[in-house]
Amino acid sequence: MIEFQDVSIQLGSFALEHVQLHIPTGTYAVLMGRTGCGKTTLLEAACGLRPLQAGRIALMGRDVTDLPPGQRGVGLVPQDGALFTTMTVADHLGFALRVRKRPRKEILARVEELADWLGIRYLLPRKPHGLSGGERQRVAIGRAMAGHPDVLCLDEPFSALDEETHADMIALLRRVQRDTSVTVLHITHNRNEAQALGDHVHVLKDGVLERQDPKLWKK
Amino acid sequence: MSQHAQDYTPSEREEHQAMHLLPVRRADLPFLISLALIAAVYIVLIVGILAAKVFYVELPLIGEVFTNPGYRYAVMLSLISCSVTTILSLWIAVPAAYLMTRVRFPGKRLVDAILDIPIVLPPLVIGLGLLMLFQTPPGAWIQQYVRFTYAIPGLILAQFMVSCAFATRSMMASFAEINPRQEQVAVTLGCSRSQAFWMVVLPEARRGMIPAATIAWARAMGEFGPVLVFAGTTRMRTEVMPTTIFLELQVGNLGMATAVAVVMLITSLVILVLMRVAGRGMRMM
Repeated sequence: MIEFQDVSIQLGSFALEHVQLHIPTGTYAVLMGRTGCGKTTLLEAACGLRPLQAGRIALMGRDVTDLPPGQRGVGLVPQDGALFTTMTVADHLGFALRVRKRPRKEILARVEELADWLGIRYLLPRKPHGLSGGERQRVAIGRAMAGHPDVLCLDEPFSALDEETHADMIALLRRVQRDTSVTVLHITHNRNEAQALGDHVHVLKDGVLERQDPKLWKK
Repeated sequence: MSQHAQDYTPSEREEHQAMHLLPVRRADLPFLISLALIAAVYIVLIVGILAAKVFYVELPLIGEVFTNPGYRYAVMLSLISCSVTTILSLWIAVPAAYLMTRVRFPGKRLVDAILDIPIVLPPLVIGLGLLMLFQTPPGAWIQQYVRFTYAIPGLILAQFMVSCAFATRSMMASFAEINPRQEQVAVTLGCSRSQAFWMVVLPEARRGMIPAATIAWARAMGEFGPVLVFAGTTRMRTEVMPTTIFLELQVGNLGMATAVAVVMLITSLVILVLMRVAGRGMRMM
C-alpha cells in the first residue's frame, strides 16, 4: 500500500499541495501527467529522496515520512536506468544485498535467481556500456527488486525504448508484479502503457490528482 | 536505442559528435581556410618554442643535468615535490568537488568564488601571502614544529596552493558529469550517503582523477612565483627545475638554462603520456 496523506512539496517555483493518494497493496498504479507537473517529485517523495513541507507518507501501513530511503522497502527504476557504469550486471543484481552485508553465498544465489527470472544470465559479466535499452531496463529492474522491496517505483522506464522492446518490457513488468505481488507506482506519458499495465490510473493536473478508469478512455 | 551521455568515454563522445559534423564543401573553403590561418599563428608559436629549445640545446649539457649533483638535486626535488603535491591536491580536490557539485549548502557561491582565487591571483602574490601567513602567530606556532618558509614543506605548499585549485575545478567537471540518479538509486537500495559515495560515486569519478592529476602535476612542475618568494632559491635545498632555469639565466648561462628546460619538457611529456595511458586503461576496466 502506498498512501499520501495531505502531502505538500515545494517544487522550485511552484508547490504541490494537499496531495492525497491511495494505492492498495499488490496493485499496479500508473501516474500520468504533463512534463514538469510534478509526477517525478511525488515518486521521489515516496522513495524518501525529497523532503515534504507537510503531510505524511505511509508504505504498507507503516509511516515512513521520517525514514531514510534505504529503510522504506522501495525499489527505484529511474528514467534512464541510471546503471552504475563501473559495475558488472552481476554487481548490480547483488548490490542491495551487498550493502546489507549479506553472506556471499546468499548474494550469489540471489544474483543467479534474478538473472534467470529476468532472462539476463548472458549479461552477468558485462558492464552497462553497450547494453541495449531493453537490457538496461531489465538490469535496473533486477537491481531494484533484489532486496525484495514492498514497493516498486518506475519513472518513465520505457521512454527510450523501441516499439518491439516496449511490448516485451510490458510483459516483463506484468510478470514481475504477478510473481512478487509488489505494489507498483509507474510514471508514464504513454496511454497504451497505462492501459496495458495499470489496475488504476491517476492523472496529475494543475497540482490535483484525479483517478481515472483506463477502460473508459477512447481508443 | 537508449545510449546515455554519461556512459560515453570522452573519445567516444568526440566520435559521436563527429558523426553529426557538416561535411567540408568547396564553397566553404575560403571561410574555413581563413579560420585555420588565424589559428595557425598560435600553433606555429607553440611548435616554434619547442623546436627552438631542441635546436639550441647542447647535448653534453643535458648530460650534465643528470651528472652534476646540483642539477640532479633540482630534477629529483621537482619530480618528488610535484608527485607529493599531486597526491595532496587530489585528496582535497575530490571531497571539495563532491561537496560543490552534489550538496546544497549556504554560502556555496562564496566558496565557489574563493576556490577561484588561486587561479586568478598572480602567483607572486600567492607566495607573498604564504610568507605573511607564516609570520602570524598561528603560522609561527606551526613553524616551531615544521619549518615551511625557505624549506621543502614550503615548496610543496607553494605548489599545492595553485595545483589544488586546478585539480578541484577538473574534479568538479567530472562529478557534474555523473548522473545524480545513480546516487538516488544507491540510497534507496540501503546505502547511507557515505556508502553511496564510496561504492558508486567515487568509482564513477575515478576516470576524472587522471585529468585532475595531470593538470595538478603540470601546474606544480611549472610553479615558480610562489616558490621563489616562499621557498626561496637556495641551491641544494629548495631548488627545483624552474629555479635552476632562473638562476642560470641570472648568471647569463643560457646554455645550461636551455638544457634544464629541455629536461623539464621531456619529463612533462612523459608524464602526460603516462597519464593518458593510465586513463585509457582505467576506462577499459
